[in-house]
Amino acid sequence: MITLSHYLTLSAALFAISIVGIFINRKNMILLLMCIELMLLAVNFNFIAFSRYLDDTAGQVFVFFILTVAAAETAIGLAILVVLFRTRHSISVTKMSSMKG
Amino acid sequence: MNIYLTVVLAPLAAALLAGLFGKLIGRAGAHTVAIAGVGLAFALSVYTLIQQLAGAAVFNETVYTWMVLDGLTMEVGFLVDRLTALMMVVVTFVSLMVHIYTIGYMCDDPGYQRFFSYISLFTFAMLMLVMANNFMQLFFGWEAVGVVSYLLIGFWYTKPTAIFANMKAFLVNRVGDFGFILGIATVLYFTGSLDYATVFLQGEEMAGKTMELFPGQVWSAVSVACILLFIGAMGKSAQMPLHVWLPDSMEGPTPISALIHAATMVTAGVFMVARMSPLFEYSDTALSFILIVGGTTALFTGILGVIQTDIKRVVAYSTLSQLGYMMVGCGASAYAAGIFHLMTHACFKALLFLAAGSAIIAMHHDQDMRNMGGLKKYLPITYWTCLCGSLALIAFPGTSGFFSKDALIEAVHAAEIAGSSYAYWCVLISVFVTALYTFRMVFMVYHGRERMDEKTRSNLRESPWVITLPLILLAIPSLLLGWVAFDPLLLDDYFGPAIFVLPQHDVLAGFAAEYSGPLQFFIHGLQSPPAWLAVAGVVTAWYIVLVRPDMAEAAANLWPRFTKFLLNKYGFDDFNQKVFAAGSRGLGQFLWRYGDVMIIDDGLVNGSARAVSGLSERLRRIQSGYLYHYVFVMVIGMTALVGWLYWGFD
Repeated sequence: MITLSHYLTLSAALFAISIVGIFINRKNMILLLMCIELMLLAVNFNFIAFSRYLDDTAGQVFVFFILTVAAAETAIGLAILVVLFRTRHSISVTKMSSMKG
Repeated sequence: MNIYLTVVLAPLAAALLAGLFGKLIGRAGAHTVAIAGVGLAFALSVYTLIQQLAGAAVFNETVYTWMVLDGLTMEVGFLVDRLTALMMVVVTFVSLMVHIYTIGYMCDDPGYQRFFSYISLFTFAMLMLVMANNFMQLFFGWEAVGVVSYLLIGFWYTKPTAIFANMKAFLVNRVGDFGFILGIATVLYFTGSLDYATVFLQGEEMAGKTMELFPGQVWSAVSVACILLFIGAMGKSAQMPLHVWLPDSMEGPTPISALIHAATMVTAGVFMVARMSPLFEYSDTALSFILIVGGTTALFTGILGVIQTDIKRVVAYSTLSQLGYMMVGCGASAYAAGIFHLMTHACFKALLFLAAGSAIIAMHHDQDMRNMGGLKKYLPITYWTCLCGSLALIAFPGTSGFFSKDALIEAVHAAEIAGSSYAYWCVLISVFVTALYTFRMVFMVYHGRERMDEKTRSNLRESPWVITLPLILLAIPSLLLGWVAFDPLLLDDYFGPAIFVLPQHDVLAGFAAEYSGPLQFFIHGLQSPPAWLAVAGVVTAWYIVLVRPDMAEAAANLWPRFTKFLLNKYGFDDFNQKVFAAGSRGLGQFLWRYGDVMIIDDGLVNGSARAVSGLSERLRRIQSGYLYHYVFVMVIGMTALVGWLYWGFD
């Protein structure tokens, strides 16, 4: 039997993976975007699990919203990435520090 | 009421016309307007006095309500009783004489119109002061005469000494005025009103109230109020130790020395004390204080007059001394004698100043008596009028000064209040001193060897009629006023309810019983010590100046330290310069260096900028620009937030 805690564990694991992914990734910006996406999925997982558990569809409605926002955000992120690559010929995270104060 | 308004407003209108349209109306226009204004005021003042003498009712009405604040009304109003009427006549008379005199004295001064504007403005302010029916207006007049005095002492504003003198006068008066306004505040606090009539009714009641100035020190409210008011009078009437500004004020043109610094403004303090007699009477402490301050001033400033060499300064020190007399009169509750002396003094002292001015013009603005001598031959009218003034000043029997001063001294002698015997001896010795310095001046200036240089001597001539006419007109009351005024002022209770004296203080009560008229007083005066002291003073002066001129020098060398002490004017000026002037400059330096430069400029203004830049210097290191650093901070923040959500709400 799969209980709520299984779902929550899975989502926590996904979230942790995505955080680690952000931290240890020094090369590729696309990976960064993917990790953020994964993070949002982990959150969605939680929403659906609780929605089912509490028998409240509001959680699932939220998931739709989040998916939409995530898609839009990824689109923008990728667009920025393309522009960035055009000007700097690199998508390495370590080389990007022009915002240094 | 229209009469009183005209009295006040005519000089004001003249001042405005001469001041604002001086160029337009020219010199002749300016003095015509000013003299017309003051002349009108004088004529109406005389009319007022005649009406008062004929028994007109006391006029006490509000002309204009300036503002009403929570039960406190500030108004412009006139109180015209016999005291006011007398003061009005004195002020406008001397002012008129000085206006006429100024035509001659200032004839080649570029600031002619400005001068007329100022003295007319002064007349306005002084009339506002004496005609006030409330403390507010009194204070207005008090300050306004101070301002005009400041402007006139510094009339020759390119002269550094004049600027120093007017600043000094202003600052010293500030000390007195501070006491004065505190006194008004005390009166207001205890009586709830600024109106004379209301306040005076509560004099006795106020005597019963007490206040704690310092914790544990209980003072009678009326004593505190009176002493504070008297401190104001000490500033304005130049009583020790606030007298230091008056000798220096001689830097101004001579006509204003006569008008402001001898006849009218400086006597405002005496007038104020007499006007406030319903309050002062209930405070023996204040009266004793007045006696001691007045007595000290009368004697010790007189002594300084003996060693002065500047003709105007001699007269200035004598003014200080005579102001001390008037104050002593008020302190002994002989307000009528004080006002009597004020009145005669206004005439003879204005005369002496104007005569000194006439001699100064003849000497081409050389004021040093050591360069004069033998002027009698060249300036006969000036000499004879000056002699009249001097005789009146030393209380020579028969002159007006004799009646007022002798009456005053007798009144002080009769007083029983604490300090009166000290004051009596002071004023008595001062009679001798007065005669000594006055006749030292007369002999040095008008008699003896002619010490001026040849060029000056050949140009010596009597002043024009605009100068000699006021001298003659002032000489007449200087000689005769006493005979006329003695009866009503001292014997017949002229002032009536205008001056209030408690029966146990009434030192003048014995006069009416003892003397039937001025003649009897004159005969009595011949046998009393003041007359002999005066004669002794004249003889001493004659001997020192004319017979043995080397004696003065020998006496000066006898006690060089004492001479230096006198030349330093008892060290008051040095003390003020070193302690108050240097002290406040030091305080200013300290506040500037530590308060302004260090705390405000460096600490607050630059400091806040420095703090922001220092903080941002440190904060910018966090901004590495690396994405993973930002993410790291984000995660930590999120973790902290979740942790707080989880553990924070118990």
